[in-house]
Amino acid sequence: MSDVAVIGFAEAPNVRSTDGTTNGVEMLVPIFREVFDQTGLTKSDIGFWCSGSSDYLAGRAFSFVSAVDAIGAFPPVMESHVEMDGAFALYEAWVKVLTGEADIALAYGFGKSSAGDLRRVLALQLDPYLMAPLWPDSVSVAALQARLGLEQGIWTERAMAEVAVRSRAAAMSNARAQLSGQVSADELLAAPLLADPLRAHDCAPVTDGAAVVIIAAAERARELCERPAWISGFEHRIDSGQLGARDLTRSASATAAGTAAGAAGVDVAELHAPFTHQELILRDALGLAEPVLVSPSGGALAGNPLFAAGLARIGHAARQIISGAAGRALGHATSGPALQQNLVCVMEAR
Amino acid sequence: MNATLAQPSSGRQSSGAGHRRAAARAAARPAVLGTGQTHHRSKRPDVSIAGLCREAVDRALADAGLGLGDIDAVVVGKAPDLFEGVMMPELYLADALGATGKPLLRVHTAGSVGGATGVVAASLVQAGLHRRVLAVAFEKQSESNAMWALSIMPPFSMPLLAGAGGYFAPHIRSYIRRSGAPAHIGALVAVKDRRNGARNPYAHLRQPDITLESVQASPMLWDPVRYDETCPSSDGACAVVIGDQAAAEASARPVAWIRATSMRTEPTMFAGKDNVNPRAGADAAAALWARAGISSPIDEIDVAEIYVPFSWFEPMWLENLGFAAAGNGWKLTQAGETEIGGRIPVNPSGGVLCSNPIGASGLLRFAESAMQVMGTAGEHQVPDAKTALGHAYGGGSQYFSMWVVADSPG
Amino acid sequence: MTEPAAAPPSAPLSAPLSAPLEISFDYTRSLGPVLSQFMTGLAQRTIYGSRGVDGRVYAPPAEYDPVTFGPPADLVPVGPAGTVLTWSWQPEPREGQPLGRPFAWALIRLDGADTAMLHAVDAGSAALMSTGMRVRPRWAAERHGHICDIECFEPEADGPVLTGNGQQAASQSAGVPGMDGRPVTMMTTPVRLHYQHTASAEESRYLRALQAGKLTGQRCPACGKVYIPPRGACPVDGVPTATDVELPDTGIVTTFCVVNVPFHGQRIPSPYVAAQVLLDGADIAFQHLILGCEPDEVRMGMRVRAVWKPAAEWGTTAENISHFEPTGEPDAPYDSYARHL
Repeated sequence: MSDVAVIGFAEAPNVRSTDGTTNGVEMLVPIFREVFDQTGLTKSDIGFWCSGSSDYLAGRAFSFVSAVDAIGAFPPVMESHVEMDGAFALYEAWVKVLTGEADIALAYGFGKSSAGDLRRVLALQLDPYLMAPLWPDSVSVAALQARLGLEQGIWTERAMAEVAVRSRAAAMSNARAQLSGQVSADELLAAPLLADPLRAHDCAPVTDGAAVVIIAAAERARELCERPAWISGFEHRIDSGQLGARDLTRSASATAAGTAAGAAGVDVAELHAPFTHQELILRDALGLAEPVLVSPSGGALAGNPLFAAGLARIGHAARQIISGAAGRALGHATSGPALQQNLVCVMEAR
Repeated sequence: MNATLAQPSSGRQSSGAGHRRAAARAAARPAVLGTGQTHHRSKRPDVSIAGLCREAVDRALADAGLGLGDIDAVVVGKAPDLFEGVMMPELYLADALGATGKPLLRVHTAGSVGGATGVVAASLVQAGLHRRVLAVAFEKQSESNAMWALSIMPPFSMPLLAGAGGYFAPHIRSYIRRSGAPAHIGALVAVKDRRNGARNPYAHLRQPDITLESVQASPMLWDPVRYDETCPSSDGACAVVIGDQAAAEASARPVAWIRATSMRTEPTMFAGKDNVNPRAGADAAAALWARAGISSPIDEIDVAEIYVPFSWFEPMWLENLGFAAAGNGWKLTQAGETEIGGRIPVNPSGGVLCSNPIGASGLLRFAESAMQVMGTAGEHQVPDAKTALGHAYGGGSQYFSMWVVADSPG
Repeated sequence: MTEPAAAPPSAPLSAPLSAPLEISFDYTRSLGPVLSQFMTGLAQRTIYGSRGVDGRVYAPPAEYDPVTFGPPADLVPVGPAGTVLTWSWQPEPREGQPLGRPFAWALIRLDGADTAMLHAVDAGSAALMSTGMRVRPRWAAERHGHICDIECFEPEADGPVLTGNGQQAASQSAGVPGMDGRPVTMMTTPVRLHYQHTASAEESRYLRALQAGKLTGQRCPACGKVYIPPRGACPVDGVPTATDVELPDTGIVTTFCVVNVPFHGQRIPSPYVAAQVLLDGADIAFQHLILGCEPDEVRMGMRVRAVWKPAAEWGTTAENISHFEPTGEPDAPYDSYARHL
């Protein structure tokens, strides 16, 4: 397989609400500038662009078509779009580089989660005949999953709270995080239940944001970056959409993607876990044990800009390698209710 | 602009290095192993969304002589989620598409998405990642109303949107003014495509008796576009199985070798945008012809399935693609050269004017082009078709995706 | 790559304008054979599961099972009572949910099934919910063949079933579903979502100028083109338009169409002329309405001027201009606007 590496990453501040438009332009223009400054590239160096976003997040059909304005897409560009997290846009970009049709590719994701009632919007991801007409909101669905593990003794409320404690502490070093700070598990567990058995700290905040990652083929990557984050495995899998027909305490798709991508032996894992118990599921599914550093950015619990958060996890993982802090790192993205779809990108220094 | 299309070596966007590497990877050349589509109708009340997709998938697998177990990855394309009222429906469709436990991607590049679905699926094979990939595209437009979904006006703006027809009709007027085309050219396209559709058992509109007079007598919807010159709103799906060279060579059935793919995008609207002959389309075509080794498209392409949702887009895209010089596309139409048996048969399947499940319409163009070179197009087969174009566009004439398929790997 | 500092504070001209946007449609879903039998059963107070070729019973039924991806071998009645496998509490029900008072969501394995069904349980309080508890459906008084025909589930200990017995209904109607002898083939699903639409800072500036009766575009600092409305990013250069340019309310029609087709959600009665209007001094046309002449008198290149609504009605909207009308001046020559088509 050809050598391709992540060489640049930027993300917009993770915030509860921006006053920008749902086409993401206000968030994208500054981070495109930032990632070009980082890499010394300009838009004309980019051979392929790919974005991830959602019409339902924006509340409009074809909501993504104006996002290309942020590129300045004339003369025309080779470009594509996935109705998925930007991490999957990065996957498509990586495939394009592997085919040899582009040497340098840029993937971005953006989402203004605050534009609608996010918990209700996400109900439309469920089976449209059997579940969505009941409007089960996304937090309630995750809570069903959390209780299964609690009552089967797979995790505890304290273990879940400790995930939140670690996330917020780690996020103190991430200037773009939405939630950060020193809290104790006892403090968190004293808070009322939001959706029994979940408390507010178990749920990622509602976040507006955007992220961008640049990848390059072998020679260009070495030219442009002192210590590229070489992609050694990039895989994704999906589980059944029938919530009641799969074991929600595990993530078969994360395990399969992690195994295929070579997740074993990483120093750092950036996980896209929008709920505390989902981080515990993912640690198990990906075989992450001490001393693997999990989500030093704070992860999705410190800021979860839908359709950008997974891409940002890969960016943060890459940053660990590029900065020299890690030799091998993993970025993860999830999509769909209760961790239905999972993507794993393993990167390494060479 | 079209002058450059005759000299594709001017290739604007693609880098030289990219070309060299693509050549080195010729061993990974993908091929279409099978195609399938639904019977397209304004309403398919007999099936669910899953059932609609599966009808196309099962036909494609049968055509390829394969089962779902032979598929390594699935790529799904469809247009706005608002059409069905399901956010990312591929999530709920994982079992129906046989994708559970496998990689599944969902692309959305507006109306061009069906084409993009084929291109991404081909790329997965070309990159050496998978042996066989299933591309599925669908739209079940009867679940809602496309005019509604495309005309939702955000606050603060003039409530003038009137669906895709309202968007494109002014640009058609511009084309007529710029090219000096006679007023009946659009109607000629409608007659040809609807008659072609009558030869296609899957087509939504099948009108063997349509005439120039009847088209010209049909109501004027978005002046200058008449009712019979517009695409229908359809329920339908299309599926294509794409395999690598080994899978293609192992196939006992005819395959369509994918010689080249191309995608380009430009902004929806900007100062200086050419809405009649958009540069993104011309650039995509130039790159496509260069990669496929084609120097004179009209001489080297035997049949073209082009995304023509309003009749006048046939001459417009003939020019944009380089089959004719700017301002001359209508002359091919007028001379009957785009009919089956003409110099460049366009949309022998009846095209988008006969069937328009929006998300699938692009992949249908790609599949029909493959069927032509596989020799499986039945009554609408163009005799001796060896090399074919599949084309799609979307958004405000801003997303373009296309491929060239042939009966030999080249 | 360096660690980014916190993003520099942007300097908005003033807070962007925003307004509610509702997306609302009653989707009509055709069911296909498996879901049709299931929904028809619900109308008769019977719950069907599907038996996969592997022998597992899926309830609700799987059109295609997750193991073999095949359609079911057959459908079999299950439940109607079942066991709660897990639950969560909804303290404040949201729009569209099954109950208007606090309730539980649960995954319920119906008797005879191998998988679980997601639905609501009306338990009164979280304290009365437990995993392993037995529940049964409470049927809606009026049933249409819809998942909401099950109003919710309720604890089995709550006394006799008041509105029906699924097993009896199943035996009465086995194989011949349908209230009037015909199976249910369609279901309607209303989707109502509420968004807050926000205009860009640049567009907001334009809209506020409109409120004052002015047409204000902006020039791109890179290419110098004048955009109206101004843009958060010049589509060619990817940078926000910056310098204000006040434009007159006169211009030309570059091209147009006459909309004759009525459609759902339409706000201007057809026929009307939707034209691309290029204001004098602007580099891009915008769409507006042409009145003041017959539709067939509108021409490419026609000179037009804005007809404003009374100032008392002005708001932050392009609708302040009622329409454009012909000025009566000679048409602009084609060459003067050909590059704007």
